[in-house]
Amino acid sequence: MELRANVPDGPLAQKWDRHRFELKLVNPANKRKYSVIVVGSGLAGASAAATMSELGYQVRCFCYQDSPRRAHSIAAQGGINAAKNYQADGDSVYRLFYDTVKGGDFRAREANVYRLAQISLQIMDHCVATGVPFAREYGGYLANRSFGGAQVSRTFYARGQTGQQLLLGCYQQLEKEVRAGGVEMHSRHEMLDLVVVDGKARGIITRDLLTGRVQAWAADAVVLATGGYANVFFLSTNAKGCNVTAAWRAHRKGAGFANPCFTQIHPTCLPPAGEHQSKLTLMSESLRNDGRVWVPIRAGDTRPPHEIPDAERDYYLERFYPSFGNLAPRDISSRRAKEMVDEGRGVGPGGIGVYLDFRDAIQRLGRDTIAERYGNLFEMYENITGENPYQTPMRIYPAPHYTMGGLWVDYNLMSTIPGLHVAGEANFSDHGANRLGASALMQGLADGYFVLPLTIGDYLVRTKLDPVDTDHAAFRDAEREVNERTRRMLETKGTRTVTEIHRELGALLWEKCGMARNATGLREAIARIPELREEFWRTVRVPGTGASFNQQLEYAGRVADFLEFAELLCIDALDRDESCGGHFREEHQTEEGEARRDDEHFAHASVWEFTGIGSPPRKHREELTFESVALAQRSYK
Amino acid sequence: MNLTLHVWRQSGPADAGRFETYRAENVSEHSSFLEMLDLVNERLIRDGQEPIAFDHDCREGICGMCGFMINGVPHGPLPRTTVCQLHMRHYRDGDELWLEPWRAAAFPVLRDLAVDRAAFDRIIQAGGYITARTGSAPDAHAVLVPKDNAELAMDAAECIACGACVAACPNASAMLFTAAKIAHLGYLPQGQPERYRRAVEMVEMHDQEGFGHCTNHGACQTACPKDISVDYIARLNRDFRKSRLRRPGELA
Repeated sequence: MELRANVPDGPLAQKWDRHRFELKLVNPANKRKYSVIVVGSGLAGASAAATMSELGYQVRCFCYQDSPRRAHSIAAQGGINAAKNYQADGDSVYRLFYDTVKGGDFRAREANVYRLAQISLQIMDHCVATGVPFAREYGGYLANRSFGGAQVSRTFYARGQTGQQLLLGCYQQLEKEVRAGGVEMHSRHEMLDLVVVDGKARGIITRDLLTGRVQAWAADAVVLATGGYANVFFLSTNAKGCNVTAAWRAHRKGAGFANPCFTQIHPTCLPPAGEHQSKLTLMSESLRNDGRVWVPIRAGDTRPPHEIPDAERDYYLERFYPSFGNLAPRDISSRRAKEMVDEGRGVGPGGIGVYLDFRDAIQRLGRDTIAERYGNLFEMYENITGENPYQTPMRIYPAPHYTMGGLWVDYNLMSTIPGLHVAGEANFSDHGANRLGASALMQGLADGYFVLPLTIGDYLVRTKLDPVDTDHAAFRDAEREVNERTRRMLETKGTRTVTEIHRELGALLWEKCGMARNATGLREAIARIPELREEFWRTVRVPGTGASFNQQLEYAGRVADFLEFAELLCIDALDRDESCGGHFREEHQTEEGEARRDDEHFAHASVWEFTGIGSPPRKHREELTFESVALAQRSYK
Repeated sequence: MNLTLHVWRQSGPADAGRFETYRAENVSEHSSFLEMLDLVNERLIRDGQEPIAFDHDCREGICGMCGFMINGVPHGPLPRTTVCQLHMRHYRDGDELWLEPWRAAAFPVLRDLAVDRAAFDRIIQAGGYITARTGSAPDAHAVLVPKDNAELAMDAAECIACGACVAACPNASAMLFTAAKIAHLGYLPQGQPERYRRAVEMVEMHDQEGFGHCTNHGACQTACPKDISVDYIARLNRDFRKSRLRRPGELA
């Protein structure tokens, strides 16, 4: 496996411009001769499919949901960053770039991040043009809010539903292209394998989730925009269907998987309430603009919050980080919350939680202003917990939320398999070891609207693509393997449900490879996961048949892949013998409990090559060089 | 708490379907309605039976994938709440619940509580967008949007396309869904060039898909988990009529 990042030469600020000039173009009349498969219809997938169709390519788009509009981008709440500097508060493309590289704890590729910051400007322009109803000021100008990890106000938002509105914007552009005939949409289809012919990605195998029909699709290039793998933890803020299958299947076929241990645990989620819990709910980080985070000073203090006077409260984020306060980045805020709970100062049932208190903001700004800013979030909180956050502080606790790791891609967003491009959360490229708030939406749209549609043309022109159809042996073999796996799952007829096994895997990972990790725990997990995988194939019970709408069968396939992927996640976490961003190794911390990076040995992306199940993966490195930003310990004090 | 559930079971679109009765036992009041169904399904699987199929994904009330009737009410008894956000503390031990899929000719039942809502996508395809090529936009501040318009557009844009409005309507009309998209785009300056064409084409597709007409019952607004107002249907009607007063060439 060879890692060529293909970063253009020249000064940072000119790389993307220069690259766009150097990219080969496809003649407009020739574009319609090329076909591209896009898997996933979230921000990255829908925007890529729509834009490539506008350019003239023949696009086929697949999603597992009943409509492309349901992709999990829809659940993003807080906002999208753009370096517009509309507030004239000192923002610039360079500052957004700098904040993102620093926020990622210096584990992202500089050139990609700079391009992202540049494109953020165009994203806003395009989203406004397509009718995204962003929040406005009375003069009609766009409103901004602040977000974690930044000292400027550069986040654009649509109430607490920014992801929904941005996704609907992309979805509408996608449906426009379906009508125009450029995109053929296949909902309720799940990709179960990638097909590689002569070393190039040439198609996929899908299962029609309604009829069970397994089908092969050929194309000149494949785009995966299939999101992240946080559901490996069972309890996460991801939608129930989010999975690693597409990315993992591509990995098995030769795509390098980069930095799987970079997982983000979001600080503001609702604490788990019991055994029945099926997922965790995120409360937007934007709440930290006005909410103050605290726990009682005394361990074991069980008084209700309003009976605890200010002098006996510890506003620990404000204490630790006076200049960023409650807006400290996600990884740091999460870790500090865990520390408070570990000290016995946690609140709520089981002491698993910290307070997020709006009392002072309501006194200062009035209830109406708070309701206007966060009304829907407060309502959601009350719905779930039965408590009214206008009267009593919210209880929050960190939960797995986003995964910075993903398939390795070069500057063109192409993986180590030629023709396989990866966009959005599914790739590893822009967020390093920790993603800042309001940057996921920005990256998904940058990749899909503005990067991929150009770079894929360059690939198509430069590559000799022999005609391939689905009668090719590679397609028939992949189809056969998919059917064989399905048959095995259905025929096991064991005693344990898929949920039981997934829950066990999730608990193991949360304990050994969650917010804090150490070598001993990781070794235990690495020993246990193969056993659990073996138990799955021996004891799983999947009801029904393969030739029907069978939700348990869908789920079983996803969990089977999580059981393979989880091992790689822990191997990477053990191998990365440093702390950085969301990857906190207890062995490596400063006296104040902050992450201690080891730039001498780990200023690289770890890219893993698949060598077979049960065989140790082979590690490759992409060395990260920082030409514009000086490596420094992150400080938010 | 323990509950009795009468659940609509239908193996596929061609099956006639029937109610079957199940017990939901030891349900935590903190669990969500769907978590209660998860519990029932886990037991069904262990007992060698097929679990109840229902659509769901985000379980945060935003993706719009979940939804069925509980005792004849879409998404159950709580206002402005999808079924995934409905929690069991609103029920009492011994309650008896009837669960059915959305009932509408344009939403064929796929299995048990899951229906096919692809008709909604086709209504959007008919004009629920702004034609703007990627990369062609002027600066985001080149077009100012009065705050009130932005708020009204956003109120309409909150629609999650769950289909509760159709299920609640005695005519199985999807006018609230259609009107919400027309209002969202029609309140914005960017949406003006295609405003009247959009109204006509989306309404034509709505009718073609087999949804009924609106006769002002207002049940859709009551059922809507996002509180979309029927005022938008009045607005749709205005846009639709205005478009009829124009010559075809003036539609754009």
